[in-house]
Amino acid sequence: MLSTKFTVMTKEDVDRKWWEIGDFFRRNSLWMLMYCTGCCAIELPPAMTSAYDMERLGMGPMATPRQADILLVSGYLSLKTLRRLIYTYEQMSEPKYVVGLGSCTINGGIYHDSHAVINQLNQYIPVDVYVAGCMPNTEAVMNGFVDLMGLIKTKKANGWKDYHERNEWYKANQKFALGEVKIHDEFHE
Amino acid sequence: MILNILFGVGVAFFGFVLQTTVAGVNRKVVARVQKRYGPKWYQEFLDIFKLLSKRATTHGWIFDFGVIMALGGIIGTAMFMPITSDLVAFENFDNFFIFVYLIAVGMLGMAMSASGSGNPLASIGVMRALTTMLAYEVPFMIVVITIIKLTGTSSVSGIAEFQQLAGNNWFMIALPLGGIVGVMSLMGMLGKKPFETYIAPAEIASGPMVEYGGKQLGMLFIMHEITVFIEVSLFVHLFLGGAENILLFIVKYFLVYTALNIISSVYGRFKIDQVVLFFYKWPLIMAVTQAFIAIYLGWVI
Repeated sequence: MLSTKFTVMTKEDVDRKWWEIGDFFRRNSLWMLMYCTGCCAIELPPAMTSAYDMERLGMGPMATPRQADILLVSGYLSLKTLRRLIYTYEQMSEPKYVVGLGSCTINGGIYHDSHAVINQLNQYIPVDVYVAGCMPNTEAVMNGFVDLMGLIKTKKANGWKDYHERNEWYKANQKFALGEVKIHDEFHE
Repeated sequence: MILNILFGVGVAFFGFVLQTTVAGVNRKVVARVQKRYGPKWYQEFLDIFKLLSKRATTHGWIFDFGVIMALGGIIGTAMFMPITSDLVAFENFDNFFIFVYLIAVGMLGMAMSASGSGNPLASIGVMRALTTMLAYEVPFMIVVITIIKLTGTSSVSGIAEFQQLAGNNWFMIALPLGGIVGVMSLMGMLGKKPFETYIAPAEIASGPMVEYGGKQLGMLFIMHEITVFIEVSLFVHLFLGGAENILLFIVKYFLVYTALNIISSVYGRFKIDQVVLFFYKWPLIMAVTQAFIAIYLGWVI
């Protein structure tokens, strides 16, 4: 006789199921905030417009950090822009992902010996996907986004959780580079 | 009474599903205009449910309460909307002025919430939205009052039935100048491209929505879809003769929204003073001329 066994799901199981459903929506509708400081930004217009059409993957540019899911850091970061990048990253609503574009975010690229530029981005904010190259091809940029979707599906895009867990380490690195990182809430002061 | 309320909520839900689907298909249409492939047709649903699944910050209780007030006010407005001439949740309460008054509740809720975030760009966006509203309401009202004068009723389904009984003599064709004014005002209401001034993503960072993220933004998206449903169905009922059955309504709705989107996809953006000047110049002249011709001279095609 066929019978269906009902087992009571624990709270962790229920949470995991909901999280998987949420992950389906999150990976099919990734909105980006483009932080274009370097020359790699020139690869984004062909990725967005009719040549490669990012929108067919459900992706699109967004105007403010609150609305965005991905922080796209393209190119080198000077110490001044790093401070703004950290403000921006902390304003984004979770779950949030970071994509580093070009070799400048990996090891400093051609600016590795400049005194005004940081070399490794993932010492200051957690990076989920790197797209290597100087500058990366547009196919490589699109492939990076598809990789990020795969990482979200396999639950490996956990940079934002890492930022909570190892917050002291990130904060120490930020302080070492910038001196002081204070998040101003200018509108409510 | 309870059945009526349930039916009204059903109308609002129908409007949400219809408009979200039509908007998703329209993203594909606009993509084809721009020689792209375009997203999936259900992309708008994915976006909304993704936003509802995210965590969100708050900027004080006015910020949260305004969002709920906006969504509630718009659902309350949509409850009165007739779908066909017989399918009305509250019989005899589908007056045109009810929509004009109630839609303001949702708009003001959003304005209050956006101002509560404290971001100056949000205040600029709200101010521009209200200015745009002031601009398109005047010519639109003149045309609608002309229609009310001609039909002798201000009930939306009554106006639709009047056009059907006159042998599908739509006011879009019977009052040609008024029809053009109606299309232009509808584009202003929906915030389509030439009149997109209060969203302006590259200029004031999406205006009133600048501080929203996660769940609040998801609720605002739902509110926006239902608002579009109310405005486009008002146009369908007032100018295109309503609909005898629900299939005809969906077809007319889809055609109106797609046509507006195609027009909007080839335009740039006006400045806010250009929007006001535009609406107070040509649409207003056309609306007054149409009212004069139709009411005093009695020339209706």
